[in-house]
Amino acid sequence: MEPFSNAYSLETKGLNLWYGDFQALRDISARIRGGIITGLIGPSGCGKTTFLRCFNRINERYGNVSTSGEIRVLGKNIYEPDVCLQELRKSVGMVFQRPNPLPLSVYENVVFGLRIHSPWGSLPKAELDAAVEEALREVFLWDGLKDRLDTPATALQLEQQQKLCIARLLPLKPRVILMDEPCSALDAEGTKAIEDLMDSLRGRYTMLIVTHNMAQARRVTEECIYMLNGVLVEHASTEDLFLYPKDERTEAYIQGRYG
Amino acid sequence: MVGWIYLCGVSSIIFVFSIFFFVFREGAPFLRDRFDFKEFFFSPEWYPNSDLNKRYGALALILGTASVTLFAMLIAVPFGLGAAIFISEFCAGKFKEALKITIEILAAIPSVVWGFIGLMVMSPLIIWATGAPVGLNVLNGGIVVALMSLPVIVSISEDALKAVPDTFREAALALGATRWQVIYKVLLPAAKNGLLAAALLGVGRAVGETMAVYMTTGHSVNIPFDSRFPLFHPLQSVRTLTATIAAELGEAPHLHPDPSGNYPPEAHHYQVLFVIGILLFAITFAINLTADLVVKGIRRKG
Ligand SMILES: Nc1ncnc2c1ncn2[C@@H]1O[C@H](COP(=O)(O)OP(=O)(O)OP(=O)(O)O)[C@@H](O)[C@H]1O
Ligand SMILES: [Mg+2]
Repeated sequence: MEPFSNAYSLETKGLNLWYGDFQALRDISARIRGGIITGLIGPSGCGKTTFLRCFNRINERYGNVSTSGEIRVLGKNIYEPDVCLQELRKSVGMVFQRPNPLPLSVYENVVFGLRIHSPWGSLPKAELDAAVEEALREVFLWDGLKDRLDTPATALQLEQQQKLCIARLLPLKPRVILMDEPCSALDAEGTKAIEDLMDSLRGRYTMLIVTHNMAQARRVTEECIYMLNGVLVEHASTEDLFLYPKDERTEAYIQGRYG
Repeated sequence: MVGWIYLCGVSSIIFVFSIFFFVFREGAPFLRDRFDFKEFFFSPEWYPNSDLNKRYGALALILGTASVTLFAMLIAVPFGLGAAIFISEFCAGKFKEALKITIEILAAIPSVVWGFIGLMVMSPLIIWATGAPVGLNVLNGGIVVALMSLPVIVSISEDALKAVPDTFREAALALGATRWQVIYKVLLPAAKNGLLAAALLGVGRAVGETMAVYMTTGHSVNIPFDSRFPLFHPLQSVRTLTATIAAELGEAPHLHPDPSGNYPPEAHHYQVLFVIGILLFAITFAINLTADLVVKGIRRKG
């Protein structure tokens, strides 16, 4: 896999976002480095999910959203008129809070991305099979599921579903993976498994992870962003943010005084 | 008080059974004395009034119903599905509400008004456009019935699409699917049971429709196809099962049996109309039951 050519995979400059007339993001300027895992922490309702969903422009599904400012993904301004949303979303994968495999077989979930991005009938079966095996191996599902690739994905355990949701991004060779509290629906064991998985993907993808779990942020992330009321308060290496927070609001949060 | 509520609740069961009992009782003597399976289902000769040789072949009537229903569904299913997709996936807010209300109003237009439109508006149009000698035929009835069954198809399909969790749409969109890919790769498969049920209820509506069909299909007992149109000929006039009952029940004498329990042959006309009623009952019952099971199927899975 080629190295990240831009030091920063995700950048925003003066980003504001409104739901109707409620402002959810305020003047956020952030630069998220390529190839590392960056955590996004902050109290409930501070805009983490909203911020995350800006990078693949999936916020625009809701009719009442308006944004201003600049967002760059891999150096490219994603609001430029020549940007193709489908291509953008191909290179920026997203994992949701609740595992949401499509109501299809395990196999079809993994190849879904390939199918929608290729003309009908242009993908040889062998190529799809290989992609499925590779993706499922990456997420440690292959050994458990290789004999049941045609079971409905919605029948899997939650942990397996979430891994599958990560696996289905991989055949599209994304550079960025956005995860919104990927472990919040899982038990301790499932959480551990997903964390191990993130760890094994580290370095190959730029990952931005929303989490409510301070311990998790410390375990898996290299840098962290602390947000409060739609404002980016502090962005530093995880160690610095947790041990030597510069802003007293960050300090208050990580010491558990609110949130 | 509780007793009253209970009565209200079970009244529908009582009504269904009483109606079925009544229809069956009226038709039973024909089934016992005169019914000939082969004649009824395979002969197009419907001469219940003939003085010398009464014949009760319902094939033409069955085919009349079938052709009008089929033609109506060919129009209403794709169109209704399209409308449902439009309402559920492409519209929001006030416009969506307005559309849904309009479709409900469509459902509230009385049958006889539709018949009137078929008679006065569509018929001349059909004559003008196709050069057919009469404008009252399968085409006319089919279009009218299509419009009449549209509301139920649209609203049930829309419910089915609405029931697909939004997370599926989001998952597909986030993988870079276009709107259309989301629709045909995710939504339609996920909602297929509900959509099938919608189509079935549309069929049920079409089979049972009476007055509008009576007024628009030309009312002639006819097998609506020939070698050139093996499926059906849209410009043939037909007569449906329902229209036959509506038209003939008034003139068929309701006679009583002699003391030994035998009916005169003239009594059979009235009775055979009830046998047609039983047939319609059976068809719509089967359709509704299937639709119900299909819908329950989704619930159990999802
Ligand atoms: N679709 C929407 N329409 C209107 N307001 C919204 C919408 N989504 C989020 N908001 C509001 O925007 C603010 C930020 O929400 P967001 O979901 O981004 O917070 P969050 O940090 O992810 O919270 P949580 O930790 O609970 O997931 C909240 O006040 C929320 O009520
Ligand atoms: Mg959130």
